[in-house]
Order: sequence, then structure tokens, then C-alpha cells
Amino acid sequence: MSALDKKLLRDLKRLRGQVLAVAMVVACGIAVYVTMRSSYDSLLASQSSYYDRYRFSDIFAQVKRAPESVASEIAALEGVAAVETRVVMEVTLDVPDLDEPATGRLVSIPERREPILNDLHLRRGRWIEAGRRDEVIISEAFAEANHLEPGRSITAIINGRRERLQIAGIAISPEYVNEIRAADVFPDNRRFGVLWMSREALGSAFDMKGGFNDLSLRLAPQASEREVIDHLDSMLARYGCLGAYGRRDQLSHRFLEDEIAQDKITGIFVPSIFLAVAAFLIHMVLSRLVATERDQIAVMKAFGYTNQRIGFHYLKFALVTLLAGTAMGVPLGAWLGAGLAQLYSQFFRFPQLQFTVGPHVLWLAIAISAAAAFVGAISAVSRVAALPPAEAMRPEPPARFRRGLMERIGLQKLFSPAARMIVRNIERRPVKAILSISGIAFAVAILLVGRYFYDALDYLIEVQFRAVQREDVAVTFNNPRSSSARYDLARLPGVTRSETFRAVPVRLRFENRSRRVAILGIEPDGELRRLLDSRLRKVDLPPEGLVLTAKLAEILGVDCGDEVRVEVLEGARQARSVIVAGLIDEMIGLSAYMDLRALNRLMREGETISGAYLAVDREAAPALYSFLKRTPAVGGVAIREAMLDSFLETVAENLTISTGILIIFACVIAFAIVYNGARIALSERGHELASLRVIGFTRGEITVMLLGEQAALTLAAIPFGFALGYAICALLVWLTESELYRLPIVIRPESYFFAFGITAIAAFLSGLLVAHRLRNLDLVVVLKTRE
Amino acid sequence: MKGVAVNEIQSDEAVFHVHRVSKIYRMGETEVHALRAVDLDLYAGEFVVLLGPSGSGKSTLLNILGGLDTPTSGEVHYLDHILTAADEGALTRFRREHVGFVFQFYNLIPSLTALENVALVTEISDNPLDPKEALEMVGLQDRLDHFPAQLSGGEQQRVAIARAIAKRPDVLLCDEPTGALDYSTGKLVLEVLERVNRELGTTVAVITHNASIAAMADRVIRISSGRIIEEHRNAVKARPEDLSW
Repeated sequence: MSALDKKLLRDLKRLRGQVLAVAMVVACGIAVYVTMRSSYDSLLASQSSYYDRYRFSDIFAQVKRAPESVASEIAALEGVAAVETRVVMEVTLDVPDLDEPATGRLVSIPERREPILNDLHLRRGRWIEAGRRDEVIISEAFAEANHLEPGRSITAIINGRRERLQIAGIAISPEYVNEIRAADVFPDNRRFGVLWMSREALGSAFDMKGGFNDLSLRLAPQASEREVIDHLDSMLARYGCLGAYGRRDQLSHRFLEDEIAQDKITGIFVPSIFLAVAAFLIHMVLSRLVATERDQIAVMKAFGYTNQRIGFHYLKFALVTLLAGTAMGVPLGAWLGAGLAQLYSQFFRFPQLQFTVGPHVLWLAIAISAAAAFVGAISAVSRVAALPPAEAMRPEPPARFRRGLMERIGLQKLFSPAARMIVRNIERRPVKAILSISGIAFAVAILLVGRYFYDALDYLIEVQFRAVQREDVAVTFNNPRSSSARYDLARLPGVTRSETFRAVPVRLRFENRSRRVAILGIEPDGELRRLLDSRLRKVDLPPEGLVLTAKLAEILGVDCGDEVRVEVLEGARQARSVIVAGLIDEMIGLSAYMDLRALNRLMREGETISGAYLAVDREAAPALYSFLKRTPAVGGVAIREAMLDSFLETVAENLTISTGILIIFACVIAFAIVYNGARIALSERGHELASLRVIGFTRGEITVMLLGEQAALTLAAIPFGFALGYAICALLVWLTESELYRLPIVIRPESYFFAFGITAIAAFLSGLLVAHRLRNLDLVVVLKTRE
Repeated sequence: MKGVAVNEIQSDEAVFHVHRVSKIYRMGETEVHALRAVDLDLYAGEFVVLLGPSGSGKSTLLNILGGLDTPTSGEVHYLDHILTAADEGALTRFRREHVGFVFQFYNLIPSLTALENVALVTEISDNPLDPKEALEMVGLQDRLDHFPAQLSGGEQQRVAIARAIAKRPDVLLCDEPTGALDYSTGKLVLEVLERVNRELGTTVAVITHNASIAAMADRVIRISSGRIIEEHRNAVKARPEDLSW
């Protein structure tokens, strides 16, 4: 080992506290990078092999009922590689050990195992037996949530009759990687499941013999999705097709794609922050090191060492530090990634989700941190090169202080000399101060973002599920019924209030834009469903015209007073013009509301309803649920609290984990910046502080002088951190805003306080660590030595 | 002890009483005897020069007097305080209340102006001089708002003296105060020290290896190899401006 490398090792050892602090920041960044990049890779790889091997369809369409012969016509279309027709029906399930009724989506499969589109991957049990019409294969998520095993049975209400279904197997499908009901925002695997059942059994139960109501197809390579969809739409329109759609609009696929995209963004964004902070810290450490070793550099130059050789020596310091961080970050990332894969398996069902850290991830991690080391080292190294040997032998000239802003405004009178020292030290190196402030501000912002999800979710739940959707239970009938059914509903056990609604699938068209939605006709003086504007004020439902959510209006490009074309997608399928009478703000989905009576008039139907919202007495709820489970006319039951509970159970746990990680990361940043800042201040001003100790200042007094600068920088960073955090949250809202949901930008005061508190604690602790070193200050040496 | 009258000097009242003080440093394997059973008294209001070559132990003695270092054996009394029995906090208080230090390399705070460097000390003192007055005393009334980097070495040393005397210490301990200065500025600094001793009655102890300075002292103590080898009283004190080296 060369003498210079020995010096490097000793320098690293001597400055181990600072080296470790920088390495920890790097470790966090690299860990996030490895986690996110690997999970992005594995999700993408798992998705593509799953889709491929199990033939996930490219285009989907639902019809009312079409004859099987249509399938061969479609198969003959240009660009279509394979077509699969199915019978798909949603029914009410009576699940053992579940009070409330659940919804089952029955999907037909051939009785004999053969390769089909959207094929099943059997996890346990077996395929259904030919001829046994009561056998089903159930989805894994549903089976796990309800502890169902092959051999057990569940009851479904099929076409008005209670049928006992035997569970033959448990499977997953590329169509339901993420199993979520169409109208829901969150998965609820307890109350919604997919059941695959013999085509013959479903065909006869739902009058679909020789026909189908669901079609999916795979495109030939290079086929145009748009053209095939257009063909399909025109061919299937007369069978009641509401419009064919591609994978982009397939629910499970869209959720998965969103997650993959998010991993990619997170995998770039978060590590960038950490490595930028690391580069800044290594810059501070190295600059100081070069400043204190001026004489050594001069001696080396005098002996004939080249600039490159010496410069590389200091660059190596940065490289070793950052690569040490990388060495810590990679296993940490692999560990976090394994945890994330575990977490994903709750939401995304793959035959296997293999989490591996590929060699390219490793190399990139090393390259990224090496690049950060270069960036951080560049100015210190170039200063080494610029130093002429003779100049370097002289001690560094005393720090030059000038009258600054404080004096010009005349503020210095307000400060004690100790406070003036702090202000002038900050003023003298504004860039360093700004970078420190930015770094700490990022820590504050990260904390705020971590808390934001809680706040936004709380607010969303509060508004959407307490102020807008106030019903306990929403009951939907199999088919629209006369409004007299409301009297039957009102008499059900435990029902304290019932309000009817009519839901009509339509296509809204304005100029060249259109969107498929359901118009929800509700009772204008209803209490269970309220329309609110953005400031949560109640909006009265106008007697005529549509009320749209702002997001839907934005998509259509309409405003109040515009006339939109309503194409009804059921019954006689008439089209009419309706005026947009109002806009409201909802955070979930796209909604169009109308007065129930106006909707009935628009449909040219009598008093017809699709279902009702019920307020239920808690005590009597079990009796009501058990009744609804047995009522054939009931097609679907949505229980607000149950859905919320199951959602919060999973989400709250995951949020706690991710917030915990964010807190640790933010602490590492705040800690590293303050610790390094204080250590460098100690190195720069140790002599000065020791002389103050000699002339009678106590240790406490000089501690304040040393750490005051860091405290001031931390305090200054807090408001910037708040603003930055708010901006990042707004950016996240903007990035994640979708038709499914829009997170509100709500950050509660407690969250600001939390971010402030954690940062302050991290800063304080690192300050204490440095203050401890003041104990060992050598007082005698300052009498004799020049700094 | 403030405002000691000159005639009390003859009353033999010792401010510092050093009794059989030894100091042994361990330098790796070897022991260095910096002081060997030194006995010494310093009296109120006197100007003492401790003379000796480098390594003679004079700095060690000054450090022990100033409460920066503790002897290996022996006792040091300051008035009725026993410094050798005092803890860290008590020593800090002792330095804060009674001792003014003047360093060879001034050790001013670079981020504070001359005036602020002095004010830094007066703010933690009970009955200090006005910082401006202290700077006037060292002849720097026109340099109040200059930062150390804007002052010459001699000016910086005079700020350091102003800082040391501003709290009205009982004793001023100066370690090679002219060591880093050229001939004429060095003499200027000595004049200031002489003036402080004369006008404020502060006991002044200067350590130096420059024998010429001994002429301006009341008493000269020669130290060599950790022992006091000679002690004499000057019959006539030379004026600083008459010194030469």
C-alpha cells in the first residue's frame, strides 16, 4: 500500500463520524433506488411473462347478449388473433362467517381444461369436473380473505335461486392481478371475489345458451387497437355493447401500470435528493480537509507529487465514502425490496413475483454514487491543483469578514456579540448556507409528504364517506324496479331511512369529446347522498339538468349552461340533449347527478328505481344483512363501514411502514447535514472557541456559539421545508390525479408540527454529539500555536 | 482585590502562592519534568517577568497560574482559593473573574470587530470597563469597527490586551506577547502593558525568552530546566521605550 493510501485510510478513520454520516445518506438513496428499480423490473417482468403465458387479452367488450356466431365474424376481422366469448355475471354471495352479503363475479370457463384467453393459474385444488355444474374455482385473494379452501362451499343467488357452489380450486388470472370491483376505489377482497364456473352452467342459469355477454380478444402483432375497437363497436352496438376498450381501460391492468409507473418515478426522484445531499456533504468535508492539509499538500508538491496524484488522493476519499454508502444501501434496498414484494403480493397476484436485484441495478447504483462523489469532490480537488507549493506552506490567511447586510440595515445593535458571530459566519459563506438550508428543507419536506398521505386520506374519507355518501348500505336491484319497491325496503329490519336512486348507463357527448358514465338520479331532498362544492357547501339539486363533477366537466370541456348530448346505453337507447345545470367537487370517480324524477322523465319511464340508499340501525344490521343475502331481487349490496374498515386495515398498515421509512430517511438527512456542519464549524473554529474557554467562557457558552449557526440554519430551513413539502404534495396530487380519484391537498397543522419536531430532534441530537467533543478541547495548545 | 494601592505591594501580601509545584508530562515512553518543586509568590500590583529559554517550564508555570493546567504535585493558592483543589467549573470561574490572558498569536475572534471582541468579554463580567475605554487605553480608539483581518499584528495584540483588561482582572498573564511582532510594534505593546500595570494596578506576569524585556519589570525570575535559578528585583525600572534588543 502506498504511503498516500495509508494517509487516506487514516484520514477516513479520523473523520469516521462525518464519513459515516455521508455514507448513511448515500445508503438511503441507494436503498430506495435498488428497491424501486428492482421492484419496477420485477413487476414489469412478472407482468409481461404472466400476460404472455396466460394470454391476457388486448381488447374487452361487454354486451347484453350476442349470439355465438358473432364470435367467428369478429375472429375474421383484420388484426384479430384470437377471440374468446364468455358469460360474466355478478351475483350476491352468502359467504360462511361473513354477516353481510358479498358480490361474486361469475366468469365462465370451459368444462374441460383447454388453453383460453385470460387463462387461470391454479394455485390449489383442481379444474372443475365436466358435468358437475355446481363446481367453481375461486380467486385467491377472495379465498384468503375469507379463509376458503377447496372442498368447502359457498352460496350464491343465481337468477333468483340460492345455489350451493363447491369450491374445486383456487386460482389467479392475468385479468384480475388486482381484484377490484368496477365502482370501487379500494379493493375489498372480503366482499368481492371472482368465481370461475362452467360455461354450460352459467349459460343455462342466465339464459345465455348459444350466446355470450362478454368478449375479449388478442390482437395480431402490429394490429391497430383503435381500428379493431371501432369495428367491434359497430358490430356489437346492436347487442347492447357499451363500447369496447383496450388494456388501458381494463381496471386490473390500469392499477398495475400505475404502480409500475410510480415505482419508476420514485426510483429516480427520491435517490436524486439523497445523492445530491451526499454530494454537497462530501464537498463540505473535502473542502475542509484540503484547507487543513494545505501544508501537507505543499510538502507533497515540493517532493514532486503531481497535481493529478494528490487530486486523486482526495477524490478517492469521496469515492470510498460514497461506495461504502452504496455497500450499505444495496443490501438494505434488497431487504426493503423483499418487504415491498411481500406487500405487493397482498395487492397484485402473480404466479410468482420474483424480486431479484439484477446486476445492471448494482452497476448503476455504483455508477450513480461514483458520479455523486465526483460532483462533490470536484471543487476541492481543483483547489488542490491550483495551490502553488510555496503558497500552500503558509497558513491559510485569516478568514476575512466584512460588514454585511446586518450592519447595513443597522441590525447588529440588536444582537449580542455571540449572535453576531453566528450571523457573520452564515453571511460569509452564503452558498454553503443555502445548500445546508436546502438539504434540511428536503428533510422537512420528506416528513411532510409522509404525513400528507394520512391527512389526505383522512380528509377524503371524511368528505366522501361521511359528508357525501352518508348511507350505511347501498342496495342495487338485479333489474330496475317500480319505485313502490321503496316501501318494501323501508320495512326491512333496522332500516331507519331509505332513499331511492336510479342509475342509467349513458355516453355523454360534447362537441368531439365523449365519456361513458352512469347518470345517478337521486331524491332532491335526500339526506343520504349530498352534493357538495369544493368548499364543502351543500349544492341543491336543480329540478332539471345535469350536475357533473368538476373532473368530468373538465374531461368533456363543458361548463354550466352548456348542453350535452346524452346517449342512453340501455333500454330503447334514445339520445337527448340535457343542460349542465351545476358543477360539484368529488374526489372519487366521475359522477353525473340528476333529480330522480327528471331522469325518469328523460328515460320516458314511470317511477323507476335501480336501488336505494339505506340508513341502518347498527343493532339490527346483522338481521338486515342476512335478509339481503337471501333476497333474489338484490343484485348488489355495498356496506360503507365494512368497506372502509377493510381498506383502512391494509392501507393503514402499509402507510405506517412507509411513513416509518420516510421518517428514518428524513432523520438521516437532517442528522447528517447538521452533524457535518457542526463538525466542520468545530474544525474551523476550534481554536477560536478554545481561546474563549481560556479567557473564561464556560463550555455551555461556547457550545451555543458553535451550534447556534446550525440551529439558525435549521430554523431557517423549516419554512422552506414546509413550502417545499407542500409543493411536492401538490405535484403528487397532480401526478396521481386520475378519473378514479383525486387526492385533496390537505396538510393539517399537526403534520407541520410533526415535521418541525422530528427535524429539530434530529438536529439537536447531532448537535449534542458534536458538543460532546468540546470537552476535549485542548486549552493549553492555543496559547502557543497559531491556528 | 481591585484597585490595589501601590503601598500594599510592600505589605508582602501574595496574590499567588506557589508551593513545591512539580509537573511531569508523559511523552510516550519518557517522562518530562517541566517543573521541579517550584516555590514562588506573586504580589499584588507588581510587574513580573519570567525569563527562560524555550522548554524551561515557564509556560507550564503560567498555565498552572492561569488555571489551565494542574500540577502533578504541590499546591497553588490564589488569595484564599486553592487552585490545585478546584474543579473544572471553579477554574473556569476563576479565569472569568480574575485572570486576563494575552496570547502570542492574539487569538481574536475573526468574525467580530475590535469593539465586539472586547464587548464579548465585558458582557460576561460583573464590573467591566467600557469596551471603548479599554480600546482607548491601548490607543485604538480609531479602529473600533475594524475586523481582525483588517488590523496589523500589533494592533491585533493591542485589541487582545484591551479584551484582557476590560473585565478589570486582578492579574494579567501574557505568554510571549511580543513573540509574533516586530521590534517597534513589540515595544508599543509593552508600553500598553506597562500602562495597564501603572494605571489600573493590575498584577502583570509576562513570560518571554527575550532578556531585554526584563529591564522593565519590578521583579525578574529566571527559570531553567523546571527550576527557578535566579530571582532579582530591579532597583530602577526601565521605560519600555528605552528597551532595545
